[in-house]
Order: sequence, then C-alpha cells, then structure tokens
Amino acid sequence: MADLAEMEPTTLEQEEPGGDLWTLNFGPQHPATHTTLRLVLELDGERVIACTPHIGYLHSGFEKLGEHLNYNQYVVVTDRMNYISPMANNIAWHHACEVLFGIEITPRCKVLRTIIAELARIQDHLLCVGTAALDLGAFTAFLYGFAEREEINDIFEDICGARFTTSYTRVGGVMQDMPDGWAGKVKAFCKKLPRTMDEVVALLNRNRIFVERTKGVGQINTEDAINWGLTGPLARASGVRRDLRKDEPYLCYADNWDGNGSSAVSFKVPVSTGGDVYSRYLVRLEEMRQSLAIIDQLIDDIPSGSVNVLAGDKQTLPDKNEIYFSIEGLIHHFEQVMTNRGHTPPMGEAYGANETANGELGFYLASDGENCAYRARCRPPSFINYQCFPGLVVGHQISDVVAILGSLNVIAAELDR
Amino acid sequence: MNESTSGVLSALKGRFGDVDFSPRPLIDRGESGSRFTGVWGGEQIFITVSSDKLLDVMRFLYEDAACSFEQLCDLTCVDYLNYPKARDRYGVLYSLLSLSRNDRLWVKCFLNDPTPEVPSVTGIWKGAEWMEREVWDMFGVRFAGHPDLRRILTWDGFKAHPLRKDYPLRGRGEREDYPVLTRDSR
Repeated sequence: MADLAEMEPTTLEQEEPGGDLWTLNFGPQHPATHTTLRLVLELDGERVIACTPHIGYLHSGFEKLGEHLNYNQYVVVTDRMNYISPMANNIAWHHACEVLFGIEITPRCKVLRTIIAELARIQDHLLCVGTAALDLGAFTAFLYGFAEREEINDIFEDICGARFTTSYTRVGGVMQDMPDGWAGKVKAFCKKLPRTMDEVVALLNRNRIFVERTKGVGQINTEDAINWGLTGPLARASGVRRDLRKDEPYLCYADNWDGNGSSAVSFKVPVSTGGDVYSRYLVRLEEMRQSLAIIDQLIDDIPSGSVNVLAGDKQTLPDKNEIYFSIEGLIHHFEQVMTNRGHTPPMGEAYGANETANGELGFYLASDGENCAYRARCRPPSFINYQCFPGLVVGHQISDVVAILGSLNVIAAELDR
Repeated sequence: MNESTSGVLSALKGRFGDVDFSPRPLIDRGESGSRFTGVWGGEQIFITVSSDKLLDVMRFLYEDAACSFEQLCDLTCVDYLNYPKARDRYGVLYSLLSLSRNDRLWVKCFLNDPTPEVPSVTGIWKGAEWMEREVWDMFGVRFAGHPDLRRILTWDGFKAHPLRKDYPLRGRGEREDYPVLTRDSR
C-alpha cells in the first residue's frame, strides 16, 4: 500500500478527461430546449467537454419570402420570427421600411407603437424569467409569468384582433386605431404587474437553490460580449452600456418626437457586470420595471389626431372610412394593394433597427424601386447571440446547459428564419 | 455625413493613401431628402473595398483609435443579378458598429462568379463565424480562412444557394425528390 502522505491530492477539476467520453444528442425535440434546437454534447461524466450546436431545423426561407411579398404583406412573416413578442417584430420591420421610404409617422402612432413595444418587451421577459426558473425545476414563477402574459395577449387582441400573430403595423401607421377603453386596460395591467413581479422576486432572488444554480454559471466578460456581437440584455448583463433606445433613439425614446419639443420618455438602462445567468435574470427583471415606467409616462396623454400618415404621398393605406365612402379613397386603396402597383420606394438601401427584448433587431432593405424589397435581410438577435453558447457551457455540468440556454432566450424560429 | 464618419474616412485616407473607397450614402434621395427625423433619418455611409485589401482595412477599422469599430453588427450579402445598373453580382456587406463613438459604417465588397471569395474576418470579430457560414450557405460566397465553413441553415447534402436571385422561390424540386426513408430501405 502506498504511503498516504506521499500521495498527491486530486480533485475533479484536475482530472484529465479520460478515454471514456460519451456523446449526448440533446434535442431537437426536448422540452428544455423550448424550441427546435439540437446540441451535440461531448461529456466526461456529467461535465461538458465540447458542445456543437446544429441549427436550421426551422429554416423557412423568410428572407427569400421578403423578396416576394410587399412591404405591408411581409409583416405577417415577421410575426413568425420571434413569436414570443411578435408586436416588437412588427414595429421593427416597419421602422426599417419607414427609414427606407423616408416617412415620418404621426405622434399618435409613435405613442401607440412605443406603448406596444414596451408591452412586447414585458411579454418576452416574463417568459424568459419564468422559464429560467422552470428549467431549474421551479414551476410557480413560470405560471405567474404566464398568467400575466395572458393579460398582454388580451390587450393585443383588443387592439388588433389577434393574440399571437398580430401583424399590427403598416407602412406609415398601424392597422387600426386603439379601441375605446384600451388605455384603461393597459393601465389596469400596469398597476397589477408589479405585484406579480414582487412575488417572483420573493420566490427567486434569494432562493438558495436558484442563486447557486445561476450565479457564476455561463459567464462572459465585456470584451468577449462585444466581440461576439452580443446585444440586448445579454450584453448589458456583461457590462456593455448600450441600448438603442438611448444611443440611437427612435419613436418616443427620442427628444422632440412630436415635433413640438416634447422630451423623450425617461427611463434607466439596467447594466450588470456579473455576465452570468443570474445577472441576465436580474437585468431582465429590472427592464420590465423600466418598461412599466415608460408606459406610465405615455398612457395618460396619448396625442389626438390621425394614427396613420395622411395619404397624400400614396405610400400608406387610406383610412377604412375613406375607402368605403369616397371614390378617391377606394382608388387609392386599389392602387396600393394591386400586384402591379403599390409602393414606390426610392432606389437604394437602408438599415433600421430597434431594441427588442432579445437585442438589436434590424432589417437591412435593398430596394430597386419596385413594390417588393429586392433584399430583406433580418439581423436576428437570437442567431448572433447563440453563437457564443459553446464557449459558455464548456466546463459546466450538463444540468447547467439548460440554465444557460434558457438565459440566452434563443427563439428557434428567429434563429433559423 | 456626420463628423464622426468623416473622421473615420480621413483616418482611412491617412493609412491607405491613394486607395479609392468612394464613400457614399446607402440611398441617394436627391434633393427631397428624408422626412424621417432623428438619428435614423440621417445618412448611412458605406465604403467599397476590394477583396484583396479587405482584411487590412477591416483590421485597421477595428484597431485604429479614430475608428474603433469594436462590434461587427451584421454581415450579409446582396445578389445584384437583376438590380438595375448593377455592375457586379455579389455585394458582401459588413455592418460595423463603434460602441465607444456610437457610430455605424457599412463596408461593401463586390464579387463576381465563378469563384466569389473574400477573406474571413473571424480573426477580428469572433461573431462573424456563423454569419459567414450563413452567407456561404445562402449565396455560395466562400470565406478564405474560416475555421469551419459548413452549411448552417440548410442540410449538408443541399447543393444550391437559395438566396441567389436565379434560385426559384419554390425551389428546384428538392422537397419532392428528397429520399424517403422507410423500414425496408434501411
């Protein structure tokens, strides 16, 4: 027997990976991947040695479709990209279209879109925060989040008729004005949500199991986060101070948004330096509170006037009342919707981006002056955020893979487009 | 053009001397201009770089203090096959973002058949990896020096590059001809 005093102590970390590695095929159909993702994990016991993501299971040619659908029709496809917060995609798509066309939307439309974009952000974060706990085995926070998402779906149903596939925006405006009593519903929701959030905080923030499973897990530092192209809550949880709403403001986030010198909505951008799963959770939680503050500033004072840009330049759809009760309106409507007519954008290219719940959602549009875009490139935040994933999971346990995946909030439909 | 962008352009001129980057706005609106107010109504400037100088220019744009484009915001391609008055077929497009100066710049590199190829920028921005794979998959543009240039969104046996303009919207029958696996055929 060897002398115990001469033996070197070994720990699990120092052990060299032996020959008995095993490969685990994780997904594409697995509840913890949330959507259709596939990972091939190389494991040493339960420790991840290597990870290869295989994507493309939901590739549906959205960008090709964008070359064959006109600027108003394509909004239907954007719903299907990030179906967790479809409204935010609608707004981002038509923001890019309006940058290309050079159209300035009305103050009423800006306020409506801002409120809806913030509701969509809350909708997305509620799911992500809820599933962050669900993936670690805590069911309650997930159900709390889903109950609130239901309310947001109701609010969206009231304004556009659909709960999920909203397709609400149009070039130069929105599909229809808000109905009577809609603002009241939003206000009631905003009053109710903080209580639910407090309950989630009470359940999770100091929950020892949750904190130990998430703190220090899946860390990425500031330089790497920038170099990998991370945006949104992921980047901000790693200490990157950037939010398009502050840095390249649009809608009501910009000063003088109504042309009469109104100042931008005031809100804070939460930044954390942890860079781990826990920091991402905290950043998302705080962003929801800031979104509520933004809605609070706007909801009481929605400017009157038209919600659509007036149809003088023939780029936007006319009001339904004009279509039904005037011949000019009817002709204008036909000119817009007939396949051999329609929009006449300037020739050239333009890029427009919004800060959505997952990060910078941008559209790069090339136009040859025709009714449909010549090229409709989507800068998908999920796709670009997901790249750094193998680097985050290597060295962690297999159960942490699920926690990290949840914190990235990858939506496969947007990932694969 | 804002001051920030003209600073970048003069830095480029100082380093690369007589090379013509022909900086232009992405869209020429003529006299009328854009009615879009604020940041997004401003001009978006792009420069044109040939593929042999691309890596040097990109590295300079990344490292130089006056440029400091820390992030590659997007990398994509446009197939100009049917575009009016286009001279080159592919335009590989780099969308650069400087976080410290809050500025964007677009870099275009025009390529032609039969072997469209550009050097990979994965050595500068790690985030370029999947975006270059996507451009290879969708447009058939090769990236020399890419660590792992496989198809990313379509399957490995797929032969075509679907976002090319000569690829039909409904495909070339790949869906119908795909071999059906049954118990017997295994």
